[in-house]
Amino acid sequence: MAVSAQRLKLQGIVKDYPGCRANDGVDLTVGAGEIHALLGENGAGKSTLMKIIYGVVQPDAGRIVWNGHPVTVENPARARQLGIGMVFQHFSLFETLTVAENIALGLPADEVRDRGALEQRIREVSEHYGMALDPRRFVSTLSMGERQRVEIVRCLVQESTLLILDEPTSVLTPQEVATLFKTLRKLARDGCSILFISHKLEEVRSLCDQATVLRQGRVSGHCQPKDLSASDIARLMVGDDTPIATQVSAAQPGDTLLQVQELSWQTGDPFGTSLKNIGFSLRAGEIVGIAGVAGNGQEELLKVLSGEITLKGEAIRFTGEAIDRLPPGARRARGLAVVPEERLGRGAVPVMSLADNALLTAAGQGLVRRGVIRRQRVREFARDVISRFGVRCSGEQSSASSLSGGNLQKYILGREACQSPRLLVASHPTWGVDVGSAVAIHQALVKLRDEGAAILLISEDLDELYQLCHRMGAICNGRLSPLAPASELSINQLGQWMAGNFEVEELADAAA
Amino acid sequence: MDLLTNILAATVVAGTPLLLVALGELICERSGVLNLGQEGMMLMGAVAGFIATLSTGSLAAGVVVAMLTGLAMSMLFAVMAVTLSANQYAAGLALTIFGTGLSAFVGAGFVGQSIEGFEKIAIPLLSDLPVLGRALFTQDLLVYFSWLVFAGVALFLRFSRGGLVLRAVGESPGAANANGLRVLTVRYLAVAFGGAMAGLAGAYLSLAYTPMWTENMTSGRGWIALALVVFASWRPGRLLLGAYLFGAASILHLVLQGLGWRSPTELLAMLPYVVTILMLILLSFDPVRTRLNTPLSLGQPYRPGH
Repeated sequence: MAVSAQRLKLQGIVKDYPGCRANDGVDLTVGAGEIHALLGENGAGKSTLMKIIYGVVQPDAGRIVWNGHPVTVENPARARQLGIGMVFQHFSLFETLTVAENIALGLPADEVRDRGALEQRIREVSEHYGMALDPRRFVSTLSMGERQRVEIVRCLVQESTLLILDEPTSVLTPQEVATLFKTLRKLARDGCSILFISHKLEEVRSLCDQATVLRQGRVSGHCQPKDLSASDIARLMVGDDTPIATQVSAAQPGDTLLQVQELSWQTGDPFGTSLKNIGFSLRAGEIVGIAGVAGNGQEELLKVLSGEITLKGEAIRFTGEAIDRLPPGARRARGLAVVPEERLGRGAVPVMSLADNALLTAAGQGLVRRGVIRRQRVREFARDVISRFGVRCSGEQSSASSLSGGNLQKYILGREACQSPRLLVASHPTWGVDVGSAVAIHQALVKLRDEGAAILLISEDLDELYQLCHRMGAICNGRLSPLAPASELSINQLGQWMAGNFEVEELADAAA
Repeated sequence: MDLLTNILAATVVAGTPLLLVALGELICERSGVLNLGQEGMMLMGAVAGFIATLSTGSLAAGVVVAMLTGLAMSMLFAVMAVTLSANQYAAGLALTIFGTGLSAFVGAGFVGQSIEGFEKIAIPLLSDLPVLGRALFTQDLLVYFSWLVFAGVALFLRFSRGGLVLRAVGESPGAANANGLRVLTVRYLAVAFGGAMAGLAGAYLSLAYTPMWTENMTSGRGWIALALVVFASWRPGRLLLGAYLFGAASILHLVLQGLGWRSPTELLAMLPYVVTILMLILLSFDPVRTRLNTPLSLGQPYRPGH
């Protein structure tokens, strides 16, 4: 592989956006049949670079050399023509079309006139690479893992010789990740180059031959990831002055705060998930984690707990009181705080200032008197959150939308933490957040726990869950697995749970 | 027997302009563009077609001019709403207000004049069938043409690559662009088709339905068409049903009046609008199918490269 031909070579790529330089003289070389990792934090310029390669945006300076020839990639259509295929993080699939129709859209018209032949080709390619797919199914009925297969098969049917994958494992269970890696290795053996974008270092170490690390728009290093430790690579990503992990002390659980029993809820949304017979308990001073692939009922569970969805029965008991019928405000008044997944639009109002956003959930903290807002108190509260949680912004009057994802998340979490909740439900709190902010958020959660709060952490990031949680389980298709102490739960078992096989271990034990 | 045949025949005639304009809007909305300017485009088509036929004596010229006028109006809208990413609601409303005013102004001197409209043509054999034969197959050319358009639209959406591209653009323009599809071109074409169909629907009113021009002669059909498209869940079959239902209800109210039903005419005149919308609300009560056919990006401007 050492003397392999250069498939893609980028030289001095520069891309400016108003107010920031996303790429600043980036060089990158990918050989034929090579699996090359592109590493970097959120905001390091990975996405911009990919979009340049795929022709979605144009570079302001620099050269793209493809198989030895300088090229201009004006648009994605041109990229495909060259043989560059891309699997997006947020899939570029059409949910209301079938698998075959989705794939047909990416091919020249004369190749898809015969739908039967196309379906045959899809079956052949997908079976050859171990990714079974039914061409006639609607994409809306597919799981996240299956959707990703559609994206990959689409690239393969187009005979791509460079496959770009943007954070491909973030939507997969550990078992699906293993299958994907097998497929990618087989592809690379067949001569296809792969550009693998990720911030999960262990995955990169197990899969990739070469790695290029970006930091703040520049290349901060090249390495062979197999030769370096994960923490060495992390240093290349974040620089020297950022802590890369939180030290988490053991939890000291107290009394049971939240008791959920036989909770079921039927969704009215055809593409939503119904909750089925969910039961778990949560004690003061512990963090309980719920893993799961997106779209398996996490959002619905959060809404049922927060009061955005109210129920009729007595399934949810908070400090002994059934709160099923209570609306969100009444639940907040009892000390139940929520940090939703979407920061803009649900956690905060984008156009409102940080101070006004504080009012949304913290009005009960003496910020309002007889219906009149006490401006001074509101500003003090917001300033307090900003300074205690290290939110980088120009002041409490800056609008929520002007903050980066990590900073806004710190502010939203801080706003809840400053109200000393008894129970905090947090959904994907570090999704799309830079490493520095993620560490700060983790520390805040642990501090809250040590102050005696119970925390329910819903996340797709297994590293995060293992690091923070005392007990954890997984949600799949609206059903919740049993909870197990994180220290005794193997990643394999958790993967089985994420795939909905809750009884596998018992069966295996019985068979043994 | 004769009465039933006559009612059915009149139903088809009354439903045709609605069918034409709604088919155009269906294609337009499937691309993700909501054009609220149907009423304005229809009126402009009606007046332009009428004037053209009056001055040339040719019905064909009237139809062509009407379609071109509707097309030109829709391009005005497309420049604002597609190229310049203006708010589609505002741009569409502006188009209706503009078209209503301009058509009244242009047509002021032609009110009260009349022309020889489209004649009924009996299709041999088919028109000899009992009841339905005479109702369906003794119609004017534009009615037959509307069936061709209907079949074309239905087949296009279901079987052609173009239809696939249109649906893809309407569901997710961002993903469509990433797939190498030309979003803005597709949207322009869809808006253009919608404009031409609205013009044709207008021409049907002023050249066939009542061969003359009166101010505001569409009387809200453009708006009903917009509702029809939504309640038909963007599916051509239901659109056809809805359009003829509207036709039937509007004939029914004339028949009831004829039979000496004593109730305020204003209430009876509401009937077609109420019946059509109620029926379609009942019919569209299937969330999964509705979701599969709804253009998700409807009303959202798209700018490639952002």
